[in-house]
Amino acid sequence: MIGIVDYGAGNLKSVQNALEYLEVESRIVSTPNEIAACDRLILPGDGSFGFMMENLEKKNLIGALKTSISKGKPFLGICLGMQALFESSDESPGAKGLGIFKGRVMKFRTGKIPQIGWNLIASENPRLEDDSFYFVNSYVVVPDDLTIIAALSDYYGPFVSAIRSKNILAVQFHPEKSGTAGLALLRRWLSC
Amino acid sequence: MLAKRIIPCLDIKGKEVVKGVEFENLVSSGDPVELAKRYYAEGADELVLLDIAATAEERKTRIELVEQVAKAVFIPFTVGGGISSVGDMRALLRAGADKVAITTAAVENPRLISEASAIFGSQCIVVGIDAKKEGGRWKVFTRSGKKRTELDVAQWAKEVQRLGAGEILLTSIDKDGTKSGYDLALTKKVSEAVSIPVIASGGAKGPETIFQALTEGKADAALAASIFHTCEYSVKDVKVYLAKRKIEVRL
Repeated sequence: MIGIVDYGAGNLKSVQNALEYLEVESRIVSTPNEIAACDRLILPGDGSFGFMMENLEKKNLIGALKTSISKGKPFLGICLGMQALFESSDESPGAKGLGIFKGRVMKFRTGKIPQIGWNLIASENPRLEDDSFYFVNSYVVVPDDLTIIAALSDYYGPFVSAIRSKNILAVQFHPEKSGTAGLALLRRWLSC
Repeated sequence: MLAKRIIPCLDIKGKEVVKGVEFENLVSSGDPVELAKRYYAEGADELVLLDIAATAEERKTRIELVEQVAKAVFIPFTVGGGISSVGDMRALLRAGADKVAITTAAVENPRLISEASAIFGSQCIVVGIDAKKEGGRWKVFTRSGKKRTELDVAQWAKEVQRLGAGEILLTSIDKDGTKSGYDLALTKKVSEAVSIPVIASGGAKGPETIFQALTEGKADAALAASIFHTCEYSVKDVKVYLAKRKIEVRL
């Protein structure tokens, strides 16, 4: 079963609608047991980094998420769900991230903030096709380990738009809102 | 680089899409879900659904409509009209809307902007500004253009940004539905006043006027209704035109 992690915000419905369109069953999960029972997880997100981490903590989901990832279950992080994989974010000083990856989450320095709209990604990863996807973000991840970078995009300079490491795929954009390109990405992620 | 967005707007009354001129004389233009699907297929970057859901019954109808649209299209869409509380917003976002737009409520209760952006994030909160020129200055109007305020448009734009708006949907009442081109001076003025994205609205005639809004008007996105509803131009036509004129668009 595919679980969409509910931490009290985020547009869960969009992700579920996209999966439903792809004729894949999913459920919204909000307890450690429900997370443990899933064989694939999607962590969507919007709102602030601090709000997300605080709620994951309150709902006692942090351990369950880490366990699922360390067991090698496929994991897809979307937007804030990508940023949460890092140790901390400049958005919410003091809030601790999941810490799966080392690095920082930093605010864009130039241009209109948030970045809202369609941007291209360039990837050498066969699972990610170079295409336009829908972004809504003010912050971007800056991983210490550059080998996890799966795609780059440009917003007044390059930024990391996707990372891939073992069973983890995380994207800064919203595949569930990126039309046919986004649906194709989800379909590929579901099939491997 | 980030593409400029083309956003068809569906003005909805009850269960139908309507379109008026200068906010009056509404005529029916079809079924919202079907129209949303058509624009999605044509490559719309986002959709905006505006209506005035004043009664409880109308609000219920709208939630159902939002649910249907969310299942049919996989691009972001904003819902606006008659939203006056965090509760209204939550209901719409839960139903599948990606963003909510507030115009009158933002003026009458500016705290709603900061409250909502703290809860849902700025990216969810679009503030609509309806502008009309009076004595050489643009004033903010509310209540679908019926009520004049003393607010200066550019100053109000800065204020809504400060309060946490993620985007501004700027409509020229003078130009709305007239098909005489966007109010470029107004659009430029607001775009330069803020650092959040500005969506130009009101007056779209054809691809050329959209090009002007995105260049001379410095808008980040252009919204249009009539030209798309009447099939005069498809979203794709507009984008192809813009791409030829070296504007970054998603094709």
